[in-house]
Amino acid sequence: MPANPALKKPHNSIIEINAQDIATHELNNQLKQAVAAGANKILMKNVCGQRYIGTDINSPVEIEIEGTPGNDLGSFMNGPRITVHGNAQDGCGNTMNEGEIVVHGHAGDITGLSSRGGRIFIREGVGYRTGIHMKEYGNKKPIIVIGGAAQDFFGEYMAGGVLVLLALNMKDSDYHRTRYMGTGMHGGVIYMRGRLESHQLGREVGTAELNGADHEVLSGLVGQFAGHFDLNADKILRHEFTKLFPLYHRPYGRLYAY
Amino acid sequence: MKTFIPSKFIVERDPARCIQCQVCVNQCSFAVNSYDAADNEVMADENNCVGCHRCVVFCPTNALNIRKNTLDYRENYNWRPEAIEDILKQAETGGMLLTGMGNDKGYKVYWDHILLNASQVTNPSIDPLREPMELVTYLGRKPDRVEIDPVTHTLKNAMPPQVKLNVPVMFSAMSYGAVSLNVQHSLARAATEAGTFWNTGEGGLHASLYPYGDHTIVQVASGRFGVHSKYLNAGQVVEIKIGQGAKPGIGGHLPGEKVTAEVSRTRMIPIGSDALSPAPQHDIYSIEDLAQLVYALKEATGYRKLISVKIAAVHNVAAIASGMVRAGADIIAIDGLRGSTGAAPKVIRDNVGIPIEMALAAVDARLRQENIRNQASLVIAGGIRNSGDIAKAIALGADAVYIGTAALIALGCTACQQCHTGKCAWGICTSDLALTKRINPEIGSRRLVNLLRGWAIELKDILGGMGINALESLRGNRLHLRGIGLSDNELKILGIRPVGD
Repeated sequence: MPANPALKKPHNSIIEINAQDIATHELNNQLKQAVAAGANKILMKNVCGQRYIGTDINSPVEIEIEGTPGNDLGSFMNGPRITVHGNAQDGCGNTMNEGEIVVHGHAGDITGLSSRGGRIFIREGVGYRTGIHMKEYGNKKPIIVIGGAAQDFFGEYMAGGVLVLLALNMKDSDYHRTRYMGTGMHGGVIYMRGRLESHQLGREVGTAELNGADHEVLSGLVGQFAGHFDLNADKILRHEFTKLFPLYHRPYGRLYAY
Repeated sequence: MKTFIPSKFIVERDPARCIQCQVCVNQCSFAVNSYDAADNEVMADENNCVGCHRCVVFCPTNALNIRKNTLDYRENYNWRPEAIEDILKQAETGGMLLTGMGNDKGYKVYWDHILLNASQVTNPSIDPLREPMELVTYLGRKPDRVEIDPVTHTLKNAMPPQVKLNVPVMFSAMSYGAVSLNVQHSLARAATEAGTFWNTGEGGLHASLYPYGDHTIVQVASGRFGVHSKYLNAGQVVEIKIGQGAKPGIGGHLPGEKVTAEVSRTRMIPIGSDALSPAPQHDIYSIEDLAQLVYALKEATGYRKLISVKIAAVHNVAAIASGMVRAGADIIAIDGLRGSTGAAPKVIRDNVGIPIEMALAAVDARLRQENIRNQASLVIAGGIRNSGDIAKAIALGADAVYIGTAALIALGCTACQQCHTGKCAWGICTSDLALTKRINPEIGSRRLVNLLRGWAIELKDILGGMGINALESLRGNRLHLRGIGLSDNELKILGIRPVGD
């Protein structure tokens, strides 16, 4: 790979990349070069639709993005901490193993699909099938906290991890519009604000009030969320939350004839 | 509830030969044979017998034989025993019928209606025992044009990554959890020794199998089990599994009982939890989305690995394959109607998809018409039984074939279709540690290498007879094929002429 003149080193370990008019593959090459050059922090400016940012980087480097990164931001990601000053598109945190994504805006469909670890904080709302097939293993436990509301199939097939839906854009008396919430859920937990009719829930989902341990998890995560977006955690936590949990760990146990 | 289903088999025990050694009792994992110490007699509960022959093969005195139960119903072509007994099973359980292996119905096997050519008089045949014969196959995207430097006589093009096969036969995806770790070890060792590839299936890669990475295809399917950056970079090829011949359009479901400590570690899910593989990959709803995952995986592997995309052969397969090539796949893998499975709904296995022969011919023709055949290699699967099938597949346009059932038969499988029960007496399709130790990877890999060696010799004989000294010259060479007992339309789709023409 030729040396890249766009790689500037303004400070010791901060490298700046101007993504203007650079194609996805080339941009990701520059990102990998910057990590290889020992950067602790990479500032990506003028990002506009380039995909897969953060993929194949296996270190806890900090990546700051100005603009709108494309689909599959941090897909298969294993370590980096990404902050987006803008919106994320579809597939943000797809099959993520470790790391953190903080989006100062919205995110699209399938946010955190099949993730096994890492944390995703979205300041505003998310699209369809957020947190679908999240799973946890050992000390790995994926977490997604959403400030706004979500579209249908939120937490579908969920097998592990924690989803938090704060719905800060809604009043306590407002009903969510999402349908099929948690359908096929067989692990993990969802904490949510706002009201739901029972038909909006998947058949495999139970609802309960939060217990002491739940409150502890929730207040920790809301604390982190509020820290990222400069919000008042106590004010958020004063709202009423509902816990959604899987009724069965084997929802499809009695399906077959042998 | 009392079952109304009669036993399928009769266990015949020759009392003159039986020495009450109880080998059959220990070998049968379906609890057919039992020993009565008071009477010093070995007995059989035939209702449980699946006809796997484990007891017959291991009986030291040849005292056992398994026969089909000839109990007849009144003859009725519509209400044959299978139709009656399927209804009984469902009436007794209320579930959907689950089964293992591939489609066992009598749909036309086109390989048996295709004949190969040989040289006589007008061109000489070649004797492979004394003349060089080339079976080496390279899979991967080939450049549109080849430019040679006139001075150095070396290739001027940058070649995309390729993988080398010494025989055009790879082992199909069979996940850890579906098959045992010892089976995967047998496959991995055999692939390494024979210079070909084995495929992890969707179950992660056990830590002890990483050393075989140079001969490994790792799979990414809808459940994303055990998928992480080390896994993606462990093999030479990453295969995106969209579908499987035995269950096109259907997801997978590894029941919690099979998720043992080791399976849990490899799949990266808790012990005893159900592993659900959703029917679609929810990041792929279109060809454009497929392209997105293909390139996500290329990014995740630094463009060093080949990306394969595997689909089931369905009605519109040619158009889909064209889209897959355009989405950036380096290998197109197509699994036909007779493709096998560890567990699938019977109604799907027996009724969905099309035979691989037709799918292969249609896809190869379509990619050639569109001038993109060079952009991806074509690998087919689904019922390949012998080197004759392979030669016909290559002549119809395949670059290589996958074998699954054939490889398991080499290890002892008798195709008894009980894979879904997890009780495989041959220790193949089970995670029961008492059974899995029945496969010794040392011996298993030897049996597989022997099979591939035998097929390689036969392929060379077939090529030699045609007067061809390299498999490459047979590839897509349909003039070497003739159809027998086929309609005009079938001949047209296969792109071959009838015998005598």
